Amino acid sequence: MIAKPRIPDLLPEPGGPVGRPVPRVDGRLKVTGAARYAAEHPVPGLLHGYVVSAAIARGRITGIDTAAALAVPGVIEVFTHRNRPDLARFDRTWQDGDAPRGSPFRPLCDDEVQFSLQPVALVVADSPETARYAARLVEVTYEAREHRTDLHAHRHDSFTPGKAKGGFEPPPPPRGDPDRALALADVRIDARYTQATEHHNPMEMHATTAVYHDDGTLTVYDKTQGAQNTRSYICKVFGLPASAVRVLNPFVGGAFGSGLRPQHQLFLAVMAATQLRRPVRVELSRPQMFSFGHRPETIQRVALGARRDGRLTALIHEAVQESSRHETYVEIVVNWSGQQYRCDNVRLDYRLVRLDRATPLDQRAPGAATGVPAIEMAMDELAFALDVDPVDLRLRNYTDTDPNTGKPFSSKELRACFAQGAERFGWARRRPRPRSMRDGRELIGWGVAAGVWDAMQGRATARAVLGLDGRLTVSSATADIGTGTYTVMSQIAAEVLGLPVEAVTFRLGDSDLPTAPIEGGSWTVSTVGSAVKAVCDRVRARLFDLASAMDGAPLGGAGARDVTFAGGHIVVTADPVRRVSLTDVMRSGGLPAIEEEAMSLPYMVARSRHTLGTHSAVFAEVRVDEDLGTVRVTRVVSAIAAGRIINPRTAASQISGAVVWGIGMALEEETIFDHTLGRCMNHDLAEYHVPVNADVPEIDVIFVDERDTVVNPLGAKGVGEIGIVGVPAAIANAIFHATGVRVRDLPITLDKILMRQEE
Amino acid sequence: MPDSPRSTRPAPPPEPVAVTLTVNGAERTLKIAPWTSLLDALRLHLDLTGTKKGCDHGQCGACTVLVDGRRINACLTLAVMQEGRSVTTVEGLARGDALHPLQEAFIACDALQCGYCTPGQLCSAAGLLAEGKARSDDDIRELMSGNICRCGAYPGIVAAIRSVMNRRATDGDAP
Repeated sequence: MIAKPRIPDLLPEPGGPVGRPVPRVDGRLKVTGAARYAAEHPVPGLLHGYVVSAAIARGRITGIDTAAALAVPGVIEVFTHRNRPDLARFDRTWQDGDAPRGSPFRPLCDDEVQFSLQPVALVVADSPETARYAARLVEVTYEAREHRTDLHAHRHDSFTPGKAKGGFEPPPPPRGDPDRALALADVRIDARYTQATEHHNPMEMHATTAVYHDDGTLTVYDKTQGAQNTRSYICKVFGLPASAVRVLNPFVGGAFGSGLRPQHQLFLAVMAATQLRRPVRVELSRPQMFSFGHRPETIQRVALGARRDGRLTALIHEAVQESSRHETYVEIVVNWSGQQYRCDNVRLDYRLVRLDRATPLDQRAPGAATGVPAIEMAMDELAFALDVDPVDLRLRNYTDTDPNTGKPFSSKELRACFAQGAERFGWARRRPRPRSMRDGRELIGWGVAAGVWDAMQGRATARAVLGLDGRLTVSSATADIGTGTYTVMSQIAAEVLGLPVEAVTFRLGDSDLPTAPIEGGSWTVSTVGSAVKAVCDRVRARLFDLASAMDGAPLGGAGARDVTFAGGHIVVTADPVRRVSLTDVMRSGGLPAIEEEAMSLPYMVARSRHTLGTHSAVFAEVRVDEDLGTVRVTRVVSAIAAGRIINPRTAASQISGAVVWGIGMALEEETIFDHTLGRCMNHDLAEYHVPVNADVPEIDVIFVDERDTVVNPLGAKGVGEIGIVGVPAAIANAIFHATGVRVRDLPITLDKILMRQEE
Repeated sequence: MPDSPRSTRPAPPPEPVAVTLTVNGAERTLKIAPWTSLLDALRLHLDLTGTKKGCDHGQCGACTVLVDGRRINACLTLAVMQEGRSVTTVEGLARGDALHPLQEAFIACDALQCGYCTPGQLCSAAGLLAEGKARSDDDIRELMSGNICRCGAYPGIVAAIRSVMNRRATDGDAP
């Protein structure tokens, strides 16, 4: 049942709910506390597991004394590598849909410790308090081996990873002679940029409630961005058929990438439930949220050469990033630079260093949020060196074809982003000289940066059921991690069938629903939205056929293109008196319901001839206390080109939320390691700083008009990632403008500003 | 190295005790171990899972509830310490089907995304309104900074609280 995509198949110009700021349809459940998350589904006889975490970064477990824990009344079992059931042997079996090349971590598999905070035991008890108490009584002894967790110390021991992960493109081959061009350039910038490790830290800690049924089947409530990815992992690892496992994630308390892969609490909960044949919940603690994937620490070099007129003549962007010893995590860091700017001499290089840390994991705009800040800071440095306005410099090197591939962009309204963003921000009033704007003790700075992200699409299936009560239920096994999926899918379905949004229910978060990929990468509107449109198109076609065959010809023989679906009716567009209600059509056909299923595929051919992406121009204002070096972001304007915006309200929230992430990345977020111990030292929310309300100013989001007929039938590109990409550099550039101090190491904390100010 | 049982036996978990709380207007008596936090008592023993656990260390504010009208972190107090007190959770903000003005405003201003911090934000905002200290948007930002929203819905949260504050000022109610 593949709905063949055709270019003319576009969503019509909006007249219905698409493009309107429809309030979040799940808002009421969330503001009343009725939305239940993974650790909140009540189960009679529930047991609670608490994880014991490794105290060393690398080595071997020589002993685990569980006697004291087992002696605590209420403790049911302590699982370690010694009594864990023998499970799947092959790496392939443990690889989930988002796994990079390598050997996935297998919890409690053997006595080896691969990274600090690795789970080494699970205590299961009849209450969470008892489990936590007993976990502290488990005594683990280790034989530590020499570890390495310091990227800077080992940056020269790097390698080129190749295509180690789905969706990853290694950098293109060099163009021209960048080193020579750099040496000959009128003006040169050559600098090193670094960015700290960041942990996702969604507000909901990772949790799984695994319910074992007497017939051996499982119902699993998991914090995941892909119920079917979780199901597939459980089935492969535990040797169960898909029919025996149902995974539910109707509400996910944030994820930002942390739920792309099954995390160890899932394995531990399912293992304990199947072994004990009882329901088990495992909820990680906040410190344990630092025990798995994270945005990898990165060291970059950007070298730019330019003519006096600002045209780039050389562009070199090199990145070295951490991966684990057991897996080869990769992300696209440097390619963006070659895609964004026109330049004949380009070298892009991406390398990895293996460290004794957990494998990194995609985090909001993975790669772009790392690489784009470096090139965008370098462009700002070049603008200053040339005495050219930073917006002008970017426009002088603007490109309408992708220099990496030579292909045109399917659409790219970045010029409009610069123009509208600058206008809204008042950029023309900027005084170019650093330290030229102040208010009392506060130095004021204005910075700008561009952003870019992909516009990917996968394959998905949706089901639609229209009942005689006029209600439409559409479903697909995707997720809503706060992105607005419930709302946006309801709007698309309502638009196609001319129904009010209130008449539509969209179901997600259930592995039994029609196939959908992991929710991430800003591809859900594109992927699942296209499937929703496809299945509603089928329902529409069936309704039209039935109406055309009705006695009395209510549509008077009008063709499919001559009618509109509106207000629960099929209406002859040119003669609106001729109309028939959808429910009358179904009754006349003797149908209690119309049910359809459809799969949608990307426009493969058209896509292969283009580069697709979202773009942004971000303008930021900071105030820096001259004596204390404290930075406040006081204004942000983010202008976004992302195709058609299905819901400007939820989309603006995605963008402004990502701006908050950018503020965190620029100024606050950093997982700090003690490399002597190989362990992160600030693993809680008091010491790992994320932006709080007082850190965040008014954020002005602009969506520029952008039409795209290649991306998908909706013309919509997805906005989860693009909002963060330009923000860290815009803030860093604003700090330079305020202070005259260039800090190239994120996060820009006050010590770095004060230190360089003294220099 | 072989495992060796420890010589000292661990202390057993504490025996349950009776605690009586008024939760969302109804008197509830629980038999719970005294080491149970108010947060776990609400979530696990009363099935009021609207109050969220985001850190269990008083660092994120997701567990904010009102005790005798004052906002507190439910993870930083034991249920037994609240004996006899009146606890309002997010489930107790609405009056039947009629949402609390803050709940309405949160939906209208899209002051939430994943929704996980939302109950704590709402209870905290209700506490803030009752305190009557906030006069400006910056006051709201400062006084709501104990409630982390990782989705970054802060601008919407400030707008929602401001709209309720403004309406109350116009209606002549207490701020």
